[in-house]
Amino acid sequence: MKKFTILDHELVPKHVLLTKEEKRELLERLAIRPDQLPWIRASDPVAKLIGAKPGDIVKIIRKSPTAGESIAYRFVVP
Amino acid sequence: MRGRKITLNTLKEKIQQLSSELPDSIIKELERELTKVLDKLTASSLEKITSEVVRQYREAMVEPGEAVGTVGAQSIGEPGTQMTLRTFHFAGIRELNITLGLPRLIEILDAKRVPSTPLMRIELDEKTRYDKAKAEELARKIQHITLENVAHSISIDFGQQLVLLRLDEELMKDKRVTLEMVLNALNKHKVGAVEEIVEREETPEGTKKKIIELAIPLPEAVEITKLVKLRQKILNIKLKGIKGLKRVVVKEVVRGGETFYYLEVEGSNLQGILNNLDELEGIDPTKVMTNNINEIASVLGIEAARNAIINEMTNVLREQGLDVDVRHIMLVADLMTMTGKVRQIGRHGVSGEKASVLARAAFEVTTKHLLEASVRGEEDPLTGVIENVVIGQLIPLGSGMVELRVRHGGR
Repeated sequence: MKKFTILDHELVPKHVLLTKEEKRELLERLAIRPDQLPWIRASDPVAKLIGAKPGDIVKIIRKSPTAGESIAYRFVVP
Repeated sequence: MRGRKITLNTLKEKIQQLSSELPDSIIKELERELTKVLDKLTASSLEKITSEVVRQYREAMVEPGEAVGTVGAQSIGEPGTQMTLRTFHFAGIRELNITLGLPRLIEILDAKRVPSTPLMRIELDEKTRYDKAKAEELARKIQHITLENVAHSISIDFGQQLVLLRLDEELMKDKRVTLEMVLNALNKHKVGAVEEIVEREETPEGTKKKIIELAIPLPEAVEITKLVKLRQKILNIKLKGIKGLKRVVVKEVVRGGETFYYLEVEGSNLQGILNNLDELEGIDPTKVMTNNINEIASVLGIEAARNAIINEMTNVLREQGLDVDVRHIMLVADLMTMTGKVRQIGRHGVSGEKASVLARAAFEVTTKHLLEASVRGEEDPLTGVIENVVIGQLIPLGSGMVELRVRHGGR
C-alpha cells in the first residue's frame, strides 16, 4: 500500500508548481505583479512537500461546488 | 426531420470547444443532457443551444465593479439574525456536546485558535467500516488514558515516605490496561521504583472491588510543596492512546440499507492521528476531520484550511435551516486565507490590516488608528470604498469605478 501523505487528504486540493515559462505567461495574461496573487507560505506543509520556494507560483486545482473544477494561483512567500 | 443529424463524437467535440468559455460543471451537464436527446439534435439546433447557454452564463457572471463583499456580508448577516443565539446539543450520556449556531459561526470568523468544543470525526476504511467490534477496538486504541482514569485513589504516607497508588482493577479491565503497562509507564517517567505490589479486595457497601496497591518510595529530601506536583504528575502519566482525545464514541450510520460505523472524538489532535497511522490500521487517513481550523492550517496547509472554513460554515448555516449561497462563504474563506495564514475577520485580522487609515479608523478603535497614523505621517490614497464614504466622495464601485483619462495634447 502506498504510504499516506497529507496530499492524499480529502481537504487538500492538487497543488502544482509552475515552471518559469508558465509563470511568465500567467503574469502576462493577468497583467499583475506576483504579490497581487493570494499567498502561500513557504512553511506551509503542502508547499514544503512539493518543494516550493519563495518567489514560485503554485497552481491549485480546486474542486468547486459551483464550477466543478476551478483553478487558483498562490504566490509563495517566506 | 429537417437538418443534418450529428453523431455523439461531433457533439462531444463541439462541447469541448466551449471549455474555455464555460466552467467544468456546466460542460459536463450540457454533455449529459444533450446526449439524451441526441437523435433529435441537428447541427443548427446544437449551435443555437450552445450559444444560448454561453450567453446566459455570461449574463449571470459578476460584473466588474460589483460590490461582492457587501452583498456577501449582507447575505450571511441577515440569515444570521435568525440564528439561535445559544444552542448546545445534549442528547443522552453517550452523546457529545457541540457548539453550534451563532456562537460557532462567530468562532469560525474569529479564527479562534482552539474551538470551545474541539471535535474530530474519524472515518474507517472500506474493510473496517462495517465491523462494529473493530470500530470499538480502534476507539479504545485512540482514547487517551492516563493513570488518573484507572486509579482508585492516591495518597502520600509521610511516616513510611511512600506514595500509595491504588488501582481499580475493574476500571483497568474496562480500559484494557494491564499492570505491566502501568509499571512500564511509571518506569519511563522515572517516578521511582515500585517497592511493593499488594492485591486486596475491598468491599465498600457490599460490592466487591479488587484493588492493586502500588507503593512508590518518595524521592529523598522532597519539599512538601513539590509533593502536590508529584501527585499530579503521577496521575497525568499517559498509559495509552493519543494525547488530547478525551472521549471516543462509535457512531452508527444507516445509508442505503447498509450500516457502517465511524468514530466521533471529543478533543482534537490531527497530527497525533496522522503520526500513528501504523498502529491505527483501519482508519481512513484521507477523511480524518477536525473542527479546529487553525490545526488544519498547520497540519494540512492553507488550502485545506480554506476548504475547512467553507465546510464548517456551510454546515452551521445548513443545520440552522438557512440557505446561504456557497459563493458568499467561499469569498469569506478566500479573504481569510489570502495571506497564507488564517486571519480573523476583525480588528486583529482582515479589518485591522487594511492599507487605508480611514478604513481602519471607521471600523473599531478610531482614535488609536488616527493618532498613530498622524504620528507616522501616513498617507491615504483614497482608493477603497470606506475611505471615500468617510470623506463624502463618489465610491469606486459600479459606475463610480470608471475613470476618464485624457491624453494631454494627444490625438
